Amino acid sequence: MTVTAQVRIMAEHFVQSPQWGWYILGYFFLAGLTGGSYTLATMLRWWGGAGDQRIARLGFLVAFPLVVVCGIFLTVDLGQPLRFWHMMINTTPGDTGLSFKYWSPISLGSWALLVYSGFSFISFLEALGMLGPFSGAFGRLFNFIGSILALFIASYTGVVLSVSNQPVWSDTWALGGLFLASALSGSAALLAWFASSRPDAGSTQWRLLRADGYFALLELVLIVVFFGTLAAAGTLSHALAGPWVFIWILVFASLVAPLMGLGHDRRLSATLSARGGALTASTALIVLAGVFLMRLAIIFSAQS
Amino acid sequence: MAEPLGLFTDTSICIGCKACEVACKEWNQLPGNTPEFRDSFDNTGQLDAQNWRHVKFIERMPDEPVAVGNGHAWLMMSDICKHCTHASCLEVCPTQAIIKTEFNTVFIQQEVCNGCRDCIAACPYGAIGFNADTGTVHKCTMCYDRLQNNLEPACAKACPTQSIQFGKLADLQKKADARLATLQAQGNSEAQLYGRDDKVYGGLGAFFLLMQKPEVYGLPNKQNAVLPSRNNSKSYFGALVTAVIAVFAGMVAFRRDGTSGAVHDGDSASADNG
Repeated sequence: MTVTAQVRIMAEHFVQSPQWGWYILGYFFLAGLTGGSYTLATMLRWWGGAGDQRIARLGFLVAFPLVVVCGIFLTVDLGQPLRFWHMMINTTPGDTGLSFKYWSPISLGSWALLVYSGFSFISFLEALGMLGPFSGAFGRLFNFIGSILALFIASYTGVVLSVSNQPVWSDTWALGGLFLASALSGSAALLAWFASSRPDAGSTQWRLLRADGYFALLELVLIVVFFGTLAAAGTLSHALAGPWVFIWILVFASLVAPLMGLGHDRRLSATLSARGGALTASTALIVLAGVFLMRLAIIFSAQS
Repeated sequence: MAEPLGLFTDTSICIGCKACEVACKEWNQLPGNTPEFRDSFDNTGQLDAQNWRHVKFIERMPDEPVAVGNGHAWLMMSDICKHCTHASCLEVCPTQAIIKTEFNTVFIQQEVCNGCRDCIAACPYGAIGFNADTGTVHKCTMCYDRLQNNLEPACAKACPTQSIQFGKLADLQKKADARLATLQAQGNSEAQLYGRDDKVYGGLGAFFLLMQKPEVYGLPNKQNAVLPSRNNSKSYFGALVTAVIAVFAGMVAFRRDGTSGAVHDGDSASADNG
């Protein structure tokens, strides 16, 4: 009886690989960072003090260029790049019109990316001082909607993978959340790095490192959930086969620094931020490498 | 819509001649394969952009000399896109390049496809392939151009043993039921129909009579014949819960508590100056 029950939950896959490679990896990585940066910038704007606003501004300045590169990566990955607009316009003879399939994450994501690009562009201009400051209820509402879109952009790439029949990807529901937690962690590390270069942003840097610790903890939990769901489906060995287990070890290693930051005293962190710009830079690079490697392991292991 | 048409492939009488593969390539003007030795009679390998029919050879031969009782059947199966009623490829296609035709078959519009390849990740049968020359994906059309001119698909036309039969789906299902009953009466207890009813993707336009369980032929069984959209709500919910927790964590991390922020801005500034 036990054997029968076990066989029932084991997933079988006879699919072919979609050959999603480096452009898609680059897109997933940068989509996480643009979404994460925009969201963190909004959080700093809402909940931070006057001293945090410089880094909030930097977050908005980073988010838009990254989403432009995202669009380029997505387009050049297509077999027919000049037909990128077919994602949104149905060109079927006799059935032309807008193309929107809410149940297709790529369709939904294409529209979300377009609208988010608009929000991040306006926030970019505002951060440059070209539109005047967004304040009051309108500014809050604008950033709120932009952040909802940003959170979606940072996470839906994981859902794209899960909504398939590929081994590993389709055997879990945790990828959307995992990509989001990792994106926020990487973005917090990136903004903390920027903050370390500003002598007046020590407190902001400490807050970002603190947030990075929380996000890294969330990411760690979701990696455990991810592995657990794969184990239940019988495809954990596929995800960890060959070199991928070593990549995952590096991913775990990249979480150590932000997790250790959770235990830091605020005053110590402030001192570190003032004297240890190189330390913050190296921490950020390690965290960003972890964000990249996690996506690399997930994208490529399933297709190998 | 016209009456659904389909293909019934009876693997029990397939002789592995590959006439279907050749006829498919000839009619659809698909390029030939580079000769390759695969240690098998199967020199096609898989369904892909240039192979829309693939005769699988399941060579389950015993290591020890064959004697009474230890022999195995040499299974053959002419594989093809299944033209699922509920098609995974069609479900995920963001450009709506993949459509259902008036014959209830699944068709990829080449002029609409932009080569995102999400359908390849979705197809549970590995029936779709990417062609770098056209920048689009390709698969069996069930000879849509022939159907529109009241001709049967090239593979069915060429099959010398009538292992591949074409016709109205309802008629084919009756023939398949009768053939299965005959085989089972002859003692082939493992013979079964695959995709004849709606338990696999709502029923298949190209369905099969198999001599073993589906997994032996590289086909997902009923439990594993699932649509990509099964993960939609679960995955989005996981992301939503993560987002809520993350926003709460951000609020805890960023919220100013009284004057402490100002003190630390001053601290770090003074440290820097010092």
